[in-house]
Amino acid sequence: MEDLANGLRDVLGATSIAGLVRLSGGASRETYRFDADGRALILQRQRGGYERDMAIEVAALRAAAAGGVPVPHVIAASTDPSALGASFTILTAVEGETIARKILRDERFATARAALAGQLGTAAARLHAVDPAGPVDFPVDDPLDGLRTTLDRSGEPHPAFELVFRWLQQHLPAPRPQVLVHGDYRLGNLIVGDDGLRAVIDWELAHLGNPMEDLGYLCVKAWRFGATLPVGGVGSYHQLFEAYEAAGGGPVDPAEVHWWEVLGTLKWGIICITQALAHTSGAARSHELAAIGRRVCENEHDLFLALEGHW
Amino acid sequence: MIPHDSPSAEQLVEAVREWLERDVLAGTSGSLQFHARVAINVLAMVEREMQLGAVQAEAHQQRLVALGCADDADLAARIRGGEFDDRLPEVRDAVWASVRDKLRVANPKYVAGS
Repeated sequence: MEDLANGLRDVLGATSIAGLVRLSGGASRETYRFDADGRALILQRQRGGYERDMAIEVAALRAAAAGGVPVPHVIAASTDPSALGASFTILTAVEGETIARKILRDERFATARAALAGQLGTAAARLHAVDPAGPVDFPVDDPLDGLRTTLDRSGEPHPAFELVFRWLQQHLPAPRPQVLVHGDYRLGNLIVGDDGLRAVIDWELAHLGNPMEDLGYLCVKAWRFGATLPVGGVGSYHQLFEAYEAAGGGPVDPAEVHWWEVLGTLKWGIICITQALAHTSGAARSHELAAIGRRVCENEHDLFLALEGHW
Repeated sequence: MIPHDSPSAEQLVEAVREWLERDVLAGTSGSLQFHARVAINVLAMVEREMQLGAVQAEAHQQRLVALGCADDADLAARIRGGEFDDRLPEVRDAVWASVRDKLRVANPKYVAGS
């Protein structure tokens, strides 16, 4: 920690670094909070060997900020490991809550919940209007191919997922011009204050794709965390689509968003398989990860519910 | 027949789960308590699988036989290849029934709640 604090002082040209604490350690990165000369900041540092390039995330954060999307401000970033031992980003600390269950249940967020679906529609429209041209070429993901490859690599047969792959292929929406999408747009990746959306965070999966991907993913049942309303458990489809269109996001076809919601549910199910594999392969032994493998059937059930009347 | 003495494997798992619930949860907080809760859920799942597993295996086998499939890998490959496109409602019913059985072991509240 002492070395890290010294490194941060040099990177920021700060006089003092105080209160350095680690907040979380995900599979791909570590997150720290600290004060630099009294200013609250966040450090995200990549773990060694992780393939995703932090430069993409930083470019997405800067583009989103320029487009008026509420995001933490990038203070410093580098892919040169010499300063802090790995690629890093330093961001302003945005005060608020990220834990979905608190946002969905605590009384203090009642006002925020009423506003959130609309605010997320507005933020998505602003993001999708951003010019993605810049110093970094954002990756272009074919959503179905990527999922297929990941599922096949797991070596596990899932007849339910095969039925859904078939449905997705047979109901492909007409292509839209590709825009910068967040790629993981959901409760859990938002900082929410008493008044509503403060910042959209975790831009690791930003890429060029169909704008409806973000709207659909936001409505995946897993991201309602047990609440009933379709948009992240806080709002209606109508609130989301109306705000998106009002902010210049172009006309929304609910059937197209539904296709992306189905794809997002499938995607989360396949991610659950890979989480359990991290345990069984020995990469990260953990009963918590192991247990996630038995949540795959929740996603399969969600898919059948989402497709009732649509087959 | 198995040669083991009492308690049964199921009763042993139950005993450990009860100890986690009674003593460990109360003595822990934060992340350790969260992971104790996960462990309790996992053991309860194993108990349900021990209770329901044999009957579910039989039902699953019958569904596969009705579709002319050897196992889930065969079923998955043939759905992907389009072989079942002309009997999809039947295949969907069979697959959803298996998914419900998986949930009855993994998270029974999930089927009840949706």
